Amino acid sequence: MKTGWLTEREKIQKITTAFFAFSPLVLATLIFLALLLKAHPLLSLKSLPGLIFSSVWQPSRGHFGLWPFILGTMWVTLTAFILAVPVSILTSLYLSEYAPGRWKKLFQPVLDLLAGLPSVIYGMWGVLIIVPIVGKYLAPLFGHQSSGFSILAASLVLAVMILPTIISVSVEVLNSVPLALKEAALSLGATRFEVITRVVLKKAVPGIIAACMLGLARAFGETIAVLMVVGNVPSIPHSLFSPAYPLPALLANNYGEMMSIAGYESALNLAALLLLLIVLSFGILARWYLPRIKRRLG
Amino acid sequence: MKNAQPKIDALHLKRRQRKESFFKLLMAASAFVVLGCLGLILVTILWKSLPALKLSMITRMPGSGYYLGKEGGILNAIVGSLQLILGATFLALFVALPAVVFLHSYLQKKSFLAETIRFSLDVLWGIPSIVYGAFGFLIMITFKMRASLLAGILTVAMVELPILSRAMDETIKLVPEELKEATYSLGANRWQTTTRVILRQVFPGLVTAVLMAMGRGLGDAASVLFTAGYTDKITTSLFQPVATLPLAIFFQLNSPFPEVQQRAFASAAILTLLILIISLISRSLSRRLSRHKIL
Repeated sequence: MKTGWLTEREKIQKITTAFFAFSPLVLATLIFLALLLKAHPLLSLKSLPGLIFSSVWQPSRGHFGLWPFILGTMWVTLTAFILAVPVSILTSLYLSEYAPGRWKKLFQPVLDLLAGLPSVIYGMWGVLIIVPIVGKYLAPLFGHQSSGFSILAASLVLAVMILPTIISVSVEVLNSVPLALKEAALSLGATRFEVITRVVLKKAVPGIIAACMLGLARAFGETIAVLMVVGNVPSIPHSLFSPAYPLPALLANNYGEMMSIAGYESALNLAALLLLLIVLSFGILARWYLPRIKRRLG
Repeated sequence: MKNAQPKIDALHLKRRQRKESFFKLLMAASAFVVLGCLGLILVTILWKSLPALKLSMITRMPGSGYYLGKEGGILNAIVGSLQLILGATFLALFVALPAVVFLHSYLQKKSFLAETIRFSLDVLWGIPSIVYGAFGFLIMITFKMRASLLAGILTVAMVELPILSRAMDETIKLVPEELKEATYSLGANRWQTTTRVILRQVFPGLVTAVLMAMGRGLGDAASVLFTAGYTDKITTSLFQPVATLPLAIFFQLNSPFPEVQQRAFASAAILTLLILIISLISRSLSRRLSRHKIL
């Protein structure tokens, strides 16, 4: 719709709102530039692959290898993701296809509350319940020695944290599958489960992938809850029962008081920059990949 | 079906039904696990907090020797958190609302500019709040500020901005195109259409979005860790440091004294209650406000 001309007042309205609309773009660029500027002193001294793939972290001697932290982030995030995804998808299928109406009504506020609980509370719960369980029961069961502060503890806490996000979005997606499609399949003699696997899921897969990506993004950036249960030891993790030190925890523990050691500040800003770049590549992947899946499924 | 002659013998049907009931059981079990997790979290908080849950927790500030287990409460953190999220949510709304109005009244749905702005919102949404905390800290040292309520408000507003904008954007997207067209046909321009018709239509959704962002800001500890500081007093100026509930829990939990740790549990119960209140308000408001919706 083109109006051709705008009155003086409309022009002002348009320009003012446009100014605010550009703020997300400006903010994202500013964060990127600020972190890059602060990370630059270290980057000009050492090569980026050297910093990323070195596993020696000794700030007082000028060694800033970020590899243990990157590995820590990957282990914790991926394990949480693998634990959470099957449970979430099964639960959302149950809620949308099988559960009686009363159950659905009970579940929604529960999910909302779970999603709204602050991370420090999940962390506290992890310290009180999950860490002792992992240390006393799960680790000996698999023949490991562990204090309980471990990748597994962090992943379990994170998995519970991202469950409500994935479930709420998936249920919404599943509910949007047209009833007529399901009825058609049922009338042909399919069992309800066959309707789910052959009709409902085919329609809902892109949406469910998007829901899982949201959960992944949330797990990846979580700081406080992970920091409280992961052990914070800057070494390469060997198993699920060893402690780790993810990037956000590194920032949270050291960012405020890093000024005295040369290069330390740059290294931490580089860590923040890495987090930002990973988020950016997630975003690009989601933008590029999801429409393709959607198109392929018709 | 690929089989030209579908086998409908009893054995085949039985196997299909067994598969059905197996997966149904698995799904119900998953749902039960999810419900159990929430129950476990709430019960843990409540059970651990009961010994320290006294009225003085919410009516008093930390006295001398509070962190050694002496008398006092966390009124400073409760008030501080409220000051912080009210300021931050107001600031975020102040930016997000015009931004969303621009997206919907002046841009085509799939235009390059609209897609770019939405993409940058997606990226901002995904940035961990600890990175916002770091960025806020960099701003602070650039302007020679100390950790303060103002710095905290700015940082939390940055965390809330994408949450708020995306939620409002999604709500407005649901408004049917016909409503817009009807308004245009009556001679309204884009601005009038958006502000007087669409925004009023989606008002309940906007309120829910604001309250959701508020809840997120209230619980976020990582962004205020280096920017808001901490204080045992009630903050009276934008340039003083401010105490926040998540940090109060975090610090007290790290204490070696069991009395102080118990207060961390009590503080967690208070924070959970606040979150619960916000979500209840949001539910009842959105129900009450949507009475006058047209479509």
